Amino acid sequence: MKLTLRIWRQDGPRDKGKFVAYPVDDVAEDMSFLEMLDVLNERLTLKGERPVAFDSDCREGICGACGFMVSGVAHGPQKLTTACQLFMRHFKDGETVVVEPFRARALPVLKDLIIDRSALDAIVQAGGFISARTGSAPEANAMLIAKPVADRSMDAAACIGCGACIAACPNASAMLFTAAKVSHLGLLPQGQPERRQRALRMVAKMNELGFGGCSNHGECEAACPKGISIDFIARLNRDYLSGSLFEKPEPLSSV
Amino acid sequence: MLAVLASYRTLLGKKGAMAITGAALFLFLIGHLLGNVQIFFGPEHLNGYAAFLKSTGEVIWIMRAGVMACFLLHIYSSLMVTVANQQARPQGYATKRSLETSFAARTMIYTGSTVLLYVIYHLMMFTFLRTGPGYSPHDVYRNVVLSFQQPAISAVYIAAMLLLGAHLFHGAWSMAHTLGLSGPGYKPWRRMVGPAVAAAIVAGYISIPVAVLAGWVR
Repeated sequence: MKLTLRIWRQDGPRDKGKFVAYPVDDVAEDMSFLEMLDVLNERLTLKGERPVAFDSDCREGICGACGFMVSGVAHGPQKLTTACQLFMRHFKDGETVVVEPFRARALPVLKDLIIDRSALDAIVQAGGFISARTGSAPEANAMLIAKPVADRSMDAAACIGCGACIAACPNASAMLFTAAKVSHLGLLPQGQPERRQRALRMVAKMNELGFGGCSNHGECEAACPKGISIDFIARLNRDYLSGSLFEKPEPLSSV
Repeated sequence: MLAVLASYRTLLGKKGAMAITGAALFLFLIGHLLGNVQIFFGPEHLNGYAAFLKSTGEVIWIMRAGVMACFLLHIYSSLMVTVANQQARPQGYATKRSLETSFAARTMIYTGSTVLLYVIYHLMMFTFLRTGPGYSPHDVYRNVVLSFQQPAISAVYIAAMLLLGAHLFHGAWSMAHTLGLSGPGYKPWRRMVGPAVAAAIVAGYISIPVAVLAGWVR
């Protein structure tokens, strides 16, 4: 099938960038979106042009490295799917597909479709840990956790940190990401000691980094390739509000 | 307490303040509606209720001050949040498709601003400048009927209430979610309970000008 790709090209962080149209005449239905870009890049390289820069790693939909906007939707039109697992059979012959990077002040574009996601690491560093003792592994049944609780924690832990929630959010808010990181620890007994401090610190960090606020649009959940529910945002809100009422803000070093 | 003030510095803290003040304003809307619908029981009911409110003396002024404080904090926070949200994405998308959000959710700042303008007009009409047609200070019933008999006044009122409805449509759900009140199975809340509450409030308010225009209340 024939497609026209309108791809965002930007030489570096300071370059203004622009869209460039690339016709691709022989897209196979069984290619993934990234494989199609690989084919395009081989041709660009042979012609002596700079290939389109994009992130990818596992190409199995579990690492969180890939991700860009495909015709206005983060990771493309297929639900619960990362860009690497998006197959070309979901597109129509002759279609024009707009490919642009995830956009947020806190996730600046480095080159073409590659963004700097260090801000997400900074949020996790602000509180996404537990103060467990190190040493030999504890006995597996020493701390019993009900199956539904473990399952819910796992639902939050499914976050791969791709940034689609931020890209899809009209406010470029990182609430779903932060909520997932707060909740997968906060649901388990090991995460209780720092539960409220974690919410306070990670939300403060998110704010400081220039992400927007949550307006409860629900766009993040719809775009999340892992289907993480905005119920976790409500949970983060509970932890944050109760932390605001009952906790003294503590610097990170006091943990 | 200090932590509460520190939390207000974040956008989530401001959203929390908007949710709490929004909840208070919701209660005010319901209370105000319960007062207003007494018009259907006749002049003596509505005027009696108005006289009762006035007889409470300081209490009514404390309530009014509370409502005003909530209103101001709600507006101030929403402006701060809106500005920060716009700054969070300096360069927009060439193409963006919404998957889940509603018209009401995307226009909260506009519907809210219009409701603010309406509230100012509303207070001018009956509380401060008392520009309502044939205004008499002790006959609330007559003031309402004379005003709503003018189609232009009724039209503005109904339009304002519909915009308020759009604001409440998203506000009811957003408030609950920001306060962490929704959990698994929130969708029915979002899809039904919030809109139902908004529709009930708006229908209640709109029923009054409709009844006056139809000649049921005169």
